Formats: sequence, structure tokens, C-alpha cells
Amino acid sequence: MKLDAKAKYQDTHEWARREGDLIVVGITDFAQESLSDVVFVELPEVGAVLEKGEIFGVVESVKAASDLYIPMSGEIVETNVTLEDEPELVNSDPFGEGWMIKLQPSDPKQWDDLLSGDEYEQVAQAEE
Amino acid sequence: MSQELKRTNLYRWHVDHHARMVPFAGWEMPVQYPPGPLAEHHLVRRSAGVFDIDHMGQVTITGPDAEVYLNRLVTWDIGLMRPNEAHYALLCYDHGGIVDDVFIYKLPGRWLMVVNAGNLNKDYRWLQEHAGGYQVAVKDVSAETYMLALQGPKAISLLQKLTPAQLAAAPRFTAIEDKVDGVPAVIGRTGYTGEDGVEIFFPAEHARQIWTAILNTGRTAGIEVGPIGLAARDSLRFEPGFALYGHEIGPDITPLEASLEWACRFQNDFIGREALLKQKENGVAKKLVSFALTDKGVPRQDYPVLSAAGGEEIGVVVTGLYAPTVDKYCGNAFVRSNYAGIGTDLQILIRHKPKAAVVIKRPLYVPAYRK
Repeated sequence: MKLDAKAKYQDTHEWARREGDLIVVGITDFAQESLSDVVFVELPEVGAVLEKGEIFGVVESVKAASDLYIPMSGEIVETNVTLEDEPELVNSDPFGEGWMIKLQPSDPKQWDDLLSGDEYEQVAQAEE
Repeated sequence: MSQELKRTNLYRWHVDHHARMVPFAGWEMPVQYPPGPLAEHHLVRRSAGVFDIDHMGQVTITGPDAEVYLNRLVTWDIGLMRPNEAHYALLCYDHGGIVDDVFIYKLPGRWLMVVNAGNLNKDYRWLQEHAGGYQVAVKDVSAETYMLALQGPKAISLLQKLTPAQLAAAPRFTAIEDKVDGVPAVIGRTGYTGEDGVEIFFPAEHARQIWTAILNTGRTAGIEVGPIGLAARDSLRFEPGFALYGHEIGPDITPLEASLEWACRFQNDFIGREALLKQKENGVAKKLVSFALTDKGVPRQDYPVLSAAGGEEIGVVVTGLYAPTVDKYCGNAFVRSNYAGIGTDLQILIRHKPKAAVVIKRPLYVPAYRK
């Protein structure tokens, strides 16, 4: 299982990374591996305001649809439109080209509540 | 009641090769191997894939009345079949609903019927219940008969290296009894992917030998071949328009509704004929269509189908997926007959949001060798 040392995590398998004031969000390598081939990603409208834990989108693999949960409250300022045509980037580069949304957090302190890489690894291993 | 899942003789091989195993029709089966369902799908379309399909049931029918008996049970006129031919057929209830879809092989001295894994017990009971008055012996030979499929444009040239049988001389939908890797086998030029290929039947204890012989022969001959799981099997069967029990067919669906009238020979007095003739006369209320989304999204089984104009519910999705070869989000749905015309605009309700779709011509995919 690959992890991104700069990211934090939540137990629903999303990662979050700081980029200036913004938070970039995607799903983990463990999640893409479990889903297998991703064929579609549904992302929110730019401008949408969501509370931590709300569903911000759906990732569909060959066999199933899985909800995506936002790791911090805030406003969606950008989505990765490339995923519309190349959803497989979620499989090939989950921490990079497969990113999903950027958000302007409304409560930056929520960052501290997210899981560290080590903590997330334990969550993932328990699910294996 | 929970029941222990059955395992095929290749279970250990699948696990050792990192297949993801899932429960399927009472069996623990590989849903995918490390390359993943999309790569497996493309491999079969491009070269060759081998499928462990031992979960499928096999029944032999023998005896002097075998042909008359079978002609009462199945919708196809098997009297039309020549020795060593194979044909698709349906078992129907009196009301015209479908018990199962089957493949029948006319072999020397016996008929071999291949049935769906999850329906084996039901089908076997059905066959036995209707055997009264006929001099026939119906035997479930599933346990001792192993079944593999090898499918794809390179499947025949690969298998030819393992058998003295003249595969090129056996057209589609015929069967040859010969040897594969020295093991006595029935080789049927049949399959469930739309591609050329074979389904092979042989004594179950040789499963691993033949499976690895196919994979190793591919490797030494420079023919790309790999194992294919259930996920790719589903997308491979969807594109050429093959029905799947529990989706396109079932007890509440008739062959006419499922666009399988071609598998019915009404000259024959098969079980369900009267009901189907009546339905033929009156017309069907619902009909199977294939559709492609024009909006983005993945349709799934049980999603409602709406009319494009009024948003009225007019049907339901029975298979929905991303179709890899045609590169579209597609599905099959039963819709009210007046919405079944090719080009009809529909909406599929995906997670409560209507997405635009259009009825398209079936099948979505025709392999090059059939064009």
C-alpha cells in the first residue's frame, strides 16, 4: 500500500493535502486498489459548500459505485475535469493526477482531526 | 440459511495467482485477476482468455426417447440438429416464463445440456419431473465434468497446439470429441463472449493440467493469453447481446420479451408454447432494449428508466455497465414496447438524477470474424 507522506487521511479512504490555503482531496492507493478499474467519477459543482463528512461525489468501478466523503468543511473551488475523460487516472496515480477536488476550508483546524499516514495504514490493514 | 460455498479444482491456482475471489451462484469464484477487468476484457477481444467455468452445470440425457423428450422440454427443435452440433435453447414454464437458458450438444450416444450454475438443482428437478412416460435417463454429471472456456481471435490457433482434432474443420456451434493435452475431451466451438473460441469438457481431475497447458502453450507460442474473471465475463457477454439469467431472462420474463424468439421453434409442442403463441398474437407489453447514455454516468441494475419527454417511469435497467470495447456507458433495460424503437430517447435515473440515454441497435459489438 502506497501512502503520501504529505497527506492526511480519513477512515473512508480519502486523502487531503495542503496546497497553500487550499486542500486537495482524492482517494487513497488502498481505495483504488480495492475498487479495481475506475470507470467514472462524479464530482461536485465548483462553488458548492459542504460540511465535513458530507458526500461530495461518487467513484464508480467496473462493479460498484462508492460515495466520496469530504474530509474538511469548505467551498469547492476546483474539480479535476480531466477525470471526466480519464477516470483511470484514479487507478494509475491516486495521489497525483487522480486528485478530485480542491476546497477552501471554512474551519482549517479540522486538519488536525485527520488521520496520520500510520493511523490510516492501520485502518486499511484492518479492512484487508 | 447460509451454505458453504463450493470451490472448483482451480481454486488454489486462482488464490495463488492473486485472483479476487467472490461468492457467485453458490461458488467461490475469481471475479478478477491482477490485470483487472478492463485489461482482461481487452485481452479476450485482442488475443485469448481462459475462463474457469466449472461452476456451470452439465446434464446428460440418454435413452431411446431422448430426442422426443428434449423437444418437449426446450424451445428449439433439436430434431434439426445434426450429430456433433450444439445449439442454444430455453426451458420455459407453462406460462412462458423462462426456467433457464441452456446449450445443448448432440454427441454420439448422448445429449449434453449445459445449464447455469445457480439453476442446476432447479433445472435438474424440472428435467426429472417431466421425464415420466419417456424412456430416458437424465443424469447430473456436473461433479465429474470439468468445463473451461478459451475465447478470443487467437483461441483456436492456441488450442490447435494442444489437440490432434482439426479445429478449423469444425465450424461454430459444432463439437468434436478428441483429446486436449492427451486428455479425452469434448471441444465445443461455443462460448459466451462473442469471440471465436471453445468450451472444453473433460474429467475434473485434469483441471489444473489443462488450464496450465493452455497458459504455458500461449507463452511458448507467443500468443497472449491470460485468465479471465467474472467481471470481464459480464462485460464480454453484454457487448454481443447475450442474456444473463436473473438479468435479461428469468421466470417472469418470456423469450419474446427478451428478444429470444429466434431460439423458439413454434412448430414444436414445447412446454410454454401455448402461452407464447398467445403473447405473440397480442403483442408484448415490455421489451428488452439496449441503450447508451448520452450524458455521463454509470447505469446499474434496478435503476428506473423514464420517458425523455414526460419523465414517466417506463421501465427498469437489468444490466448496466461501462462497455470497454465500444467505450460507452450502456445497459439493457425492459421498457414499455412503444419505447423500444431504435433511436428512442430515454432517461435513466442514476442516484435520483435523470441522465439522457438513447435506445441503440443490438448487439453493440460484432467480432471481425462474423462480419
